[in-house]
Amino acid sequence: MEAYLDNSATTRCYEEVRDVVVKTMMEDYGNPSAMHLKGVEAENYVKEAKNAIAATLKVAAKEIFFTSGGTESDNWALIGTAMANKRSGNHIITTAIEHSAVSAPLKYLEEQGFEITRLSVDNQGVIRLEELEETIRPETILVSTMYVNNEIGAVEPVEKIAAIIHQKNPKTLYHVDAIQGYGKYQIYPNKVGIDMLSVSGHKIHGPKGVGFLYVRNGVKITPMILGGGQQMGMRSGTDNVPGIAGLGVAAKQIYQDFKAKNEKLYELKGYFIEELQKIENVHIHGMSAEEGAPHIISAAFVGVRSEVLLHTLEDRGIFVSAGSACSTHKRTPSATMMAIRADQELRESTVRFSFSEFTTKEELDYTLEVLKEVLPMLRKFSRK
Amino acid sequence: MFKAFLIKYAEIGIKGKNRHLFEDALVKQIRHALKRVQGEFEVTKEQGRIYVNCLSEYDYDETVESLKKVFGIAGICPVVIVEDEGFEKLCEDVLDYLKEVYPTKPATFKVHSRRARKNYPKESMQINCDLGEKILETFPEMHVDVHNPELLLQVEIRSKIYIYSKIIPGPGGMPVGTNGKAMLLLSGGIDSPVAAYMIAKRGVKIDAVYFHAPPYTSERAKQKVVDLAKIVSRYCGPIHLHVINFTDIQLYIYEKCPHEELTIIMRRYMMKIAEHIAKETDCLGLITGESIGQVASQTLQSLAATNEVCTLPVYRPVIGFDKQEIVDIAEKIDTYETSILPFEDCCTIFVAKHPVTKPSLKIIKRSETHLEEKIDELVKTALETKEVIIARED
Repeated sequence: MEAYLDNSATTRCYEEVRDVVVKTMMEDYGNPSAMHLKGVEAENYVKEAKNAIAATLKVAAKEIFFTSGGTESDNWALIGTAMANKRSGNHIITTAIEHSAVSAPLKYLEEQGFEITRLSVDNQGVIRLEELEETIRPETILVSTMYVNNEIGAVEPVEKIAAIIHQKNPKTLYHVDAIQGYGKYQIYPNKVGIDMLSVSGHKIHGPKGVGFLYVRNGVKITPMILGGGQQMGMRSGTDNVPGIAGLGVAAKQIYQDFKAKNEKLYELKGYFIEELQKIENVHIHGMSAEEGAPHIISAAFVGVRSEVLLHTLEDRGIFVSAGSACSTHKRTPSATMMAIRADQELRESTVRFSFSEFTTKEELDYTLEVLKEVLPMLRKFSRK
Repeated sequence: MFKAFLIKYAEIGIKGKNRHLFEDALVKQIRHALKRVQGEFEVTKEQGRIYVNCLSEYDYDETVESLKKVFGIAGICPVVIVEDEGFEKLCEDVLDYLKEVYPTKPATFKVHSRRARKNYPKESMQINCDLGEKILETFPEMHVDVHNPELLLQVEIRSKIYIYSKIIPGPGGMPVGTNGKAMLLLSGGIDSPVAAYMIAKRGVKIDAVYFHAPPYTSERAKQKVVDLAKIVSRYCGPIHLHVINFTDIQLYIYEKCPHEELTIIMRRYMMKIAEHIAKETDCLGLITGESIGQVASQTLQSLAATNEVCTLPVYRPVIGFDKQEIVDIAEKIDTYETSILPFEDCCTIFVAKHPVTKPSLKIIKRSETHLEEKIDELVKTALETKEVIIARED
């Protein structure tokens, strides 16, 4: 049996996504910028995808810009707005638990002279609103937070964050990295007060190499990829039609029967956590099952190195990811694990299980069965 | 402009009666190396020289790069071939050659001609003088120095005329396959691929063994070792890589023996297994990337303790090298980048914080008696379940 429990790394495509990708590669393969019929056909796919995505967010289609994925969306949102708004100020606020697609460009901006404040989080991975409020200044141009943390599934209170930001400084922009949140939460940027939102295609059963950035109409942002002037000059480069068409189909489909899918995910999550806790010396990181994201469980199996457990499970056809990166040469503990102040013992034994709508109870039962079987053996051979 | 390469070889020239064997091996290795290069080539052996004739359009840089990887080649001379249309025409050709190949002229030169075709109207001394005169006339900035010239212009009169002067250094050594075969213990680190390169350079064919310990070492770690073997195979030809699943043996030692002796005992079993496969596959020795004192298992005492289990000679070509010296070679042969790739390696959980650095053979052997019950069976299973991967650059 195979159990794919690494859906926060990537997901399997919907069959409908595959079909539209093939169609736009083999039949309607024109360049949307071309003036002839083939171009018009291709352009229609892009328009349709844009409309479908805009509908899920209840925003205007012209506020959606396609990118090469989550990392580009984050980079562009941060560097693009920092460049466009540097006359208004040089202060940017973020959190200590961001994905490197956010933390690395911010590090770059720091080297360029911007001042970056990184908000701490509590042991559940949630920022403190008072700290945010105190930190916002007249020269704060941008706040960037995650929606859902990719490692422990912590959910940030984006609505409250947005309210505080806009009340404290109306000029401050709010960017949300929703790469783990889109498709799992109904997000309405206009209502919430989100100015920019990053999304990746392959986390929602779409293709890899495509994503989008929602940019509220009126936000000042500099384009970072210059060239033929596609996407109103904001993001040049021939449209990735197969990717965009696939992303559009995926966005539409992931929000179909949203409520039922979400309930099922929470049900599976609750069940899995309950069963895990029956095993000796297991620690679940982050928020309670109901408060946290529906698809992410981060668990430490004390006494077993995460990579060893990962490879053991892999051998049985179970795919998970390891909590912290480890190599012979250097061991860098994850920023999130450090920020929630997890002990080294927990950090080094943490494994992430992440679900999707394709995840079944059978997969979870199989995983639990294998865990119960291998853990005693692995614990026997832990470091002396 | 170059239509051929003259291949210079140093050491194999002195191998007496076996010389033709070495030459034939070199020709074979050159043909093999050129298979992957775009173009049509003919490799010939005549009058104690090896020529690579380029029969079609070809990629010069790629050709030279490939030849530079063939052990046994001391130098590669790109040759211009011209028709014999009288001495006047030859003078013109030589001057054209100099103009093209040397945009800035060397200060001193010497002409050295060989009249392989004896019915050529001028003797070689005469050719040297007359050509030299023409060169002096045309390029007054150049001077003759017959003892230590910057430019040694070689002109060979055969059915056609061969002109060359540049010597691109080759890797030296001896053609692979002329000195038998040896078994490398390949780890994925920096040292063992370098050790393989150095032994292969002396004409030795290489096979390798890798100890895989899933789930403690990952699939990627194994893939990295395969990639390293592929890079080394550019120099020594296809490598048979024997992958041994070592997990059960490792766990058994971990369970039964003192923790600080684990690495030494493990390495003793690795050597035993490697030697077993070596003997089965006609290898005449083992190769390791050990260097004295680099880690606890590479002190003289430790090396003696691991060496004790084998009867085949163990070759350790980097034994006296500092790390940086090994890194320099690894960079030259292009294995360094792959060797330092970080990947999850969880073998560290077995490593003692303070392993023995001066193991006593007596104590080690006593510890090994705790393994008697199951170890032979485990080694047998490991050998029976080994996987063989043929690593070659496609």
